[in-house]
Amino acid sequence: MGEWWTTVPVGTSMGNYEISSISHVTMSPSRQNNLVSMQSSLPLSLRSSYNGISAFCTEDTIPQCISYINQELDSLGLSSTCIEASSLEGADLKAVPALNAMYELMQIHRRNMCTLEELEKEQLKKSSTLDHMQMNNSRLKDQLELSIREKSGLHETERQLHLKIKTLQSCLKTEKDEVQKLQNIIASRASQYSHDAKRKEREAAKLKERLGQLLVDRKDRKLAIDVLNCLGRSDGKRSHWKTTKATASHEGEMYTSLLKDYEVSQRSLMLENAELKKVLQQMKEEMIHILSPRRPTRGANAVASQEQADSDGEEKAGDFSRETLDQSCEHAREQLTNSIRQQWRKLRNHMEKLDSQASQVQNQLESNKEVIPRETHEDEMERMRHEVQQCKEFIHAQQQLLQQQLNTSFDDETAALLNDCYTLEEKERLKEEWRLFEEQKRNFERERMNFTEAAIRLGREKKAFEEDRASWLKNQFLNMTPFSDHRRCSSSDGQSALSIKSEPEMRMSSTKARLVTSSTHATFSTPKPTQSATVPSTTELYRTLRLIPDSSSSRHSNRGRWQESSSIEDGDIRVKSRNRVRCGDLSIFSLGLPGSGRPSTVLHAERLAGPSAHRCVLQHQPFQATEGLLLLVKPLHSLAFILMLQGKVDLNTAPHAKPLYCHGISRV
Amino acid sequence: MNFSEVFKQSNQLCKVSPDGKYLATCVQYRLVVRDVSTLQILQLYTCLDQISHMDWSSDSLFILCAMYKRGLVQVWSLEQPDWHCKIDEGSIGLVSSRWSPDGRHILNTTEFHLRVTVWSLCTKAVSYIKYPKACQKGIDFSRDGCYMALAERRDCKDYVSVFVCDDWHLLRHFETETQDLAGLEWSPNGCVLAVWDSCLEYKVLLYSLDGRLLSTYSAYEWSLGVKSVTWSPSSQFLAIGSYDEKVRILNHITWKKIAQFEHIATINNTKAVVYKEVEKRPAVGSDDLSLHNITIGTTLFNTQSKYEICPPPVQVPVVKPDPDRANPKIGVSTLAFSSDSRYLATKNDNMASVVWVWDMQKMSLLAVLEQTSAVRCFQWDPRRPRLALCTGNTKLYLWSPAGCVSVQVPTEGGFQVQSLNWHCCGETLILLGKDQLCLCYMDTDQEDK
Repeated sequence: MGEWWTTVPVGTSMGNYEISSISHVTMSPSRQNNLVSMQSSLPLSLRSSYNGISAFCTEDTIPQCISYINQELDSLGLSSTCIEASSLEGADLKAVPALNAMYELMQIHRRNMCTLEELEKEQLKKSSTLDHMQMNNSRLKDQLELSIREKSGLHETERQLHLKIKTLQSCLKTEKDEVQKLQNIIASRASQYSHDAKRKEREAAKLKERLGQLLVDRKDRKLAIDVLNCLGRSDGKRSHWKTTKATASHEGEMYTSLLKDYEVSQRSLMLENAELKKVLQQMKEEMIHILSPRRPTRGANAVASQEQADSDGEEKAGDFSRETLDQSCEHAREQLTNSIRQQWRKLRNHMEKLDSQASQVQNQLESNKEVIPRETHEDEMERMRHEVQQCKEFIHAQQQLLQQQLNTSFDDETAALLNDCYTLEEKERLKEEWRLFEEQKRNFERERMNFTEAAIRLGREKKAFEEDRASWLKNQFLNMTPFSDHRRCSSSDGQSALSIKSEPEMRMSSTKARLVTSSTHATFSTPKPTQSATVPSTTELYRTLRLIPDSSSSRHSNRGRWQESSSIEDGDIRVKSRNRVRCGDLSIFSLGLPGSGRPSTVLHAERLAGPSAHRCVLQHQPFQATEGLLLLVKPLHSLAFILMLQGKVDLNTAPHAKPLYCHGISRV
Repeated sequence: MNFSEVFKQSNQLCKVSPDGKYLATCVQYRLVVRDVSTLQILQLYTCLDQISHMDWSSDSLFILCAMYKRGLVQVWSLEQPDWHCKIDEGSIGLVSSRWSPDGRHILNTTEFHLRVTVWSLCTKAVSYIKYPKACQKGIDFSRDGCYMALAERRDCKDYVSVFVCDDWHLLRHFETETQDLAGLEWSPNGCVLAVWDSCLEYKVLLYSLDGRLLSTYSAYEWSLGVKSVTWSPSSQFLAIGSYDEKVRILNHITWKKIAQFEHIATINNTKAVVYKEVEKRPAVGSDDLSLHNITIGTTLFNTQSKYEICPPPVQVPVVKPDPDRANPKIGVSTLAFSSDSRYLATKNDNMASVVWVWDMQKMSLLAVLEQTSAVRCFQWDPRRPRLALCTGNTKLYLWSPAGCVSVQVPTEGGFQVQSLNWHCCGETLILLGKDQLCLCYMDTDQEDK
C-alpha cells in the first residue's frame, strides 16, 4: 500500500511518468506482480467487506480512490483524463475529467466488449472450421483407407491377370505346337494320300489293262459292227492310206490353220492399229492446227519470227510423222513418239503463253484493238467492268456506313438509312399484311352494315309484332266468350301469348332446346342480334317456319315448301331451338293475322323420322271477331313440337290430313 | 407366241437335226422322226431296248441310238429307212457314245473308261484309243470338225492327245501341267485349247493347236477352284466360273484377266435391272385357267406370274452350302454367251433361283432375273440376244435387252418345263417336260408384244 502512496505525487507530472511507468511495468516483474496481486487482492477485500462496487469509495478514501483510479487510468493509457478532486478534502470530484474518464472507460469497455464478441464469433467460427476440418480429415482418412483397399484389390487382380496371361501364353504355345504338329500330320497325310492315290491309280490302270486284255481274249460275245452296207465318206473322197506323207500333210494342215488364225488375228490387230493411227493422226493434225500461229499481222518482231519458225518446224514434223505413220519399223515409232512429245511440249508452251496473254490483254485493251477484234465483246467487258465498279462502290459505301455505325454513335440519318436497309423487307411484309388487314376490314364493314340493316328491320318487325300482340290481346279481352278458360290460362301467365303454361314444362323444354341448339346452331345461316327468347317477332317466327323467305338466309329459304318432310324437320328444329318456350306437351298459339282469316284448316304433318314418327296434328280455327288464327298442336311424342302455319301456305295439301277436334282452347 | 400340242418322249431325248428340218424324239425303245414345220411323223424306228442316248449326225442323215445297259448302238438312216447298223460293244460295256464330226464314225467309251472305240461306218474298221480320262469333259471336237482333243491319264499324269478326225491320226500328244485334269475345250476358232484342273486347284491352261503352252492362269490358291469354263463364240473371251462365286474373263491376246464378275447377294448396282418374278394366285382354279388359256389365245399373257422391276439395293436369296459335303452347291456352274458374244448369262449355285446377265461391252452387270424357284436350264437364242429359261414349273421365261416376260405354257395336265432347246433358226423353242415335249413358236414380228 505504501507504493500506492508514493505514486500519488508523481501522478501530477503525467507526461514523464507515463513512459517511465510503462517501462517500469514492463521492466520490473516484481512491481507488476505486486500490482497484480494488489488488483486481485483489492476486489477480494472489497468483495468481502461490501456488496458491490459502490462500496469501493467511501467519504474517507476519496483521494486514495482518485489516485488509485488515476493510476489505473494511467496504466490503461488514459493519462490525459486525470481525475482530480475539486477540493483538497476531496469530497467532490471535478466533473469534467471524471466524466471524460468514465466516457473513455466506457468506450474502452464497449470496444472490449465488441472485441470480445468478435473474438467469440471468431472462436465459434474457428471451432466450426475445426469440426469441419476434423470431419474432412476423417472422411479423407476413410477414403484413403478405401483407396488403399482398392489398390490392394487391383494389385490382386493384376496378379491374377498376370497369372492368366502366363497360363494363356503357355496354352498358346501348346496350341502352336499342336498346330505345327497337325500341319505336319496333314502334310504327311497329304503325301501319304497322294502316294496312295497314285498307287491305287496304277493298280486301277493295271486292272483296266488286265480287264481289257481279258475282254479282248474272251470270245463269247465279240464286239462287232453290223452294217447293212458301208457308207461313203461325207466328203465323198476315198480314205487315204496312213503314210508319212499323210502325216506330213496333217502337220501342214495344222500349221496352215494355225497360220490362218494368226493371220486373222494379225489382220484384226492391224485394223485396230490403223484405226488408232487414224485417231492419232487426226489428233496430231488438230494439234498442229491449234498450235500453228495465226498472227500474220503481228509484225516483224523477234517473237513472231521465232514462232513462225517453230510452226514451220511443227509442220515439217507433222509431215514427217505422217510419213512415218505409214512405216512400221522401230525407229519410226521412236520418231513418232518424239514428235508427239515435242508437240505436247509445244502445246503446253502454247497454253502457258495463252495464260500470260490473257493477263496481258487487260493492259493492251485500249492500245491494241487487233487483239480483241470483237467490238461487242469489248463493250460487254466494259459494261461489266463498269458494273463491277459500281458494285464495288456500293459495297464500299455500305462498309463505310457499317463502320460508322460500329465506331461512332448513331447519327439519326445513318441510323434511319440503316434501319431502312434493314427493315425494307419488314416493311414489305407489313405492307402485305396491311393490305390483308384492309381487305378484312372492308369485309367486316360490309358485314356490319348487313347487321345494322338486319337490326333495323328486326326492330321494325318487333314493333309490328308488338302492335299485333296488343291488338290481339285487345281482341282477346273483347272476344273471350267461347274460350274463357283458355284465355284465362294464357293471359294469367302473363307476359306473352307465346309463353308456356307451366314452369316444369318450360324447364324441360329449355333443356331439350339447349340440347338441340348446340347441334343445330351450325344450320343457322346468320347469327341474329340477341333478342328475348320468349318473345320472337312474327316475321322471325315465320322465317323460322320458312313461311316467308329469309332475307339473310336466302340460300335456305327457297329450299322447299314446308310440307316437305325434310324441311318440316328442319323448321321444327328451328322453332324448337329459337323459341324454346313453345316446346312442350301442349302449346297454344294464337296469332293475330290480319287479312288471313281462313276457314278452319287442319294439317296433319308426319315426320319422316321413322315408323314411330312424331305426329303433329294442327288445327287452327278462325277467331270469331278478328282475322286471327288459333292453332292447336298436340304432339303425340315427347319430342314432338309445334308448327305454326300461316295462310300463305295451302294447308290442305298435306296428305292424310286428319282433323282433330278441340273443344275449346284447353289442355288436350 | 404359239405352242404346239404335246408329244410323248422319254429320257428327255429329243433333238432337232443340225439342218433344222427334223425333230427326233425317243419314246421308250422307239425313235420318232418328225418334220419340224408340220410335226408329222416321217419315220419311226424301233430299237432293241430302251434308248438311253440319241444323237444326230452332223449331216442330219443318220441318228445314233445308244442303249448303254446292253452296250449297243443302233444307227438309223433318214434317207434309207431300211438301212441299219448295229454296234455291239460286247461285255466291255458302254458309257458314252457320240458321232465324230464327219458323221461317219462313232466313238464309244467303254465302261471304266478302259478305252475309246472308234467305229467307222465307211469301212467297218475299228480302232481303239487307250487311257481316256474319266473326267468332266474329256473329249472335245474343234468347231470345224478337224481335230479332236482327248484327255488321257497315264502313269498318274495328265496328257492331251490331239487327233485329226479325218483319219484318226495322232497329231500331238503332250503332258499338261495339271494335278488332275478336269476338262478341255477348243476355242471356237479351233486354235486354242483350254484345259482346266479339277476343283482342288484353280488352274486354267491354254494350249495352242500344236501343243505349245500359251498361257497359264490361276486366280487364287488353297481354295476350291474352277467350276465351269466357256469360250465366247467370237473366241475373244474365255469365261471361267469358280467356286468363289465369281466369273473371270480372260482376253485372247494376253490371256490375262480383263474383267471379274462378282455374284453378290446384295445388288447395289444402279445400272443393273433386277427383274423379280412375282407369283399371283388367281381366284380361279388352275384347271379352269389352263382351259381358258387354251380356248382364248389372247389371254396367254395374263399369266399367273409376272416380273417386277426392283429398285436397288436388292437382296438375292442365298442358300448356304453344307461345308461337309463334297461338291458344295456354291459357285458359278453355268456360263453361256449369247450368239453375238455381247451378253453372258451365269448362274451361281448358291443363288439357284437367280440368273445374271452381264454386258460384255461394258463389262458390267446388265440384268438379274430372280425367279420364284430354282432355275433348271437356260439357253440363248442362236440368232438373237434372247435368253430362254425354265424353272421346272409350267412357265417359260424369256429375257431380251428390251425386257423380260413370263409365259404360261398352255397345255393340259400341267406341263412342267424341265429343259429347253432352241431350234437353230431361233424361231422355235423345244420345251421338254418329264415325259412330254412341246414346241413353242416365237413370232418374229412383235405382234404379240
